[in-house]
Amino acid sequence: MNTVGLYVPGTSLPYRIPAGVKLLALLGTVTVLVVLADPWVSLGAVLAVVLLYILWGLAAHLWHAFRPVLLFLVAIAVFHAVFTDVHTAVRVCSQLTAVILLAGLVTRTTPVSAMLDLFTRLARPLQHVGVRPERVGLVLALTIRCIPMVAEAWRASREAYVARGLRGGAHRMVVPVIVNLIRSAEALGLALSARGLD
Amino acid sequence: MIRIEHVTHAYGDRVVVDDVSLDLREHRIGLIGANGSGKSTLARMVNGLIVPDTGRVLVDGLDTRDHVKEIRRRVGFVFPDADTQIIMPTVAEDVRIGLRDSGLSRDEIEARVDEALARHGLLEHRDHPAHLLSSGQKQMLALASVLVTEPQILVCDEPTTLLDLRNVRIITETLRTLPQQVILLTHHLDTLSGFDRVLVMDAGKIVFDGAPEDAVAYYVALMEQRP
Repeated sequence: MNTVGLYVPGTSLPYRIPAGVKLLALLGTVTVLVVLADPWVSLGAVLAVVLLYILWGLAAHLWHAFRPVLLFLVAIAVFHAVFTDVHTAVRVCSQLTAVILLAGLVTRTTPVSAMLDLFTRLARPLQHVGVRPERVGLVLALTIRCIPMVAEAWRASREAYVARGLRGGAHRMVVPVIVNLIRSAEALGLALSARGLD
Repeated sequence: MIRIEHVTHAYGDRVVVDDVSLDLREHRIGLIGANGSGKSTLARMVNGLIVPDTGRVLVDGLDTRDHVKEIRRRVGFVFPDADTQIIMPTVAEDVRIGLRDSGLSRDEIEARVDEALARHGLLEHRDHPAHLLSSGQKQMLALASVLVTEPQILVCDEPTTLLDLRNVRIITETLRTLPQQVILLTHHLDTLSGFDRVLVMDAGKIVFDGAPEDAVAYYVALMEQRP
């Protein structure tokens, strides 16, 4: 699993719910958890989201959704336990866990194209001030597409650096990575033009 | 039909295409030459990516200088590095975006996307992140994304350069079976076997124009003369 390819193909109920409804549900949950600020409600929300993962056949993805923020949550828990109180530590961590897991559920059951369509629709009112909504969608798509491109540019520069027997000094990679990315951006721009998408 | 009339193009002081005139009617056309010979610049002119400094390029009578949108609907272009040609995050999305302004219904678009993916052996990777495909699969995706819009002409700029032998064969076979007119720029000279016409470019000029075997022999001899 990677940062970009989080979508898990499927046909069950969450896949049939429109992206806008899922995002509204996520927003509503965040609002309720923050407004109520009750650790028992937040823990209940965590339990409910975990049950949704299991119910919708995505239990195997629960750990993947949770793992990247585990250390972060531990740090927050320790901070609050030391400087405020255990009650706050439980409340904040359970709020964050519920929201992160729910956001993971939305991401895993919504194709990027559906999300981009939604943002393109949301951007429609902006056409009155000269913004082209389809451009908004394309820019978002390109942003997502460029994440692995940046990672690959970094990996290639790092390999070239190590292959020449050089060590340390990650800052020395910045210039070649930027040069590499500028070259890739130019090529991507050319490809957009060639496909009539510019 | 592509007509290139007295086309010249320079980058600064360096002339890369020097008074080239051609009529390209054949179904399969190869274009070979050393690095920097001007073949990529010439190929990009066919799609309107580069407008010549002097002279003109006509596709079905349309000047690339004035009808760039229409030209790009007619002429598909495949680049050497598929990684920089893939625009969207997932495989199906990259194919689908080419049909954005096609006027087709959502169902028709999905059917066309699935058909293109199936034809290029990518249907099982439909919802996978495009950047996780192998190099060969990425180049097939680049082809599928261009061909789904059904261009009349396909210009391929060294599409096999970054591929292993097996993937070179797959791409070559795919290009052979296409109904479109194909202009292939390549350093894999054996892929030109069976082509209708092969052009050799050197220092911005077409220095040979003929059958594949003769053109390859001319090019090899030309390269052997070089220090």
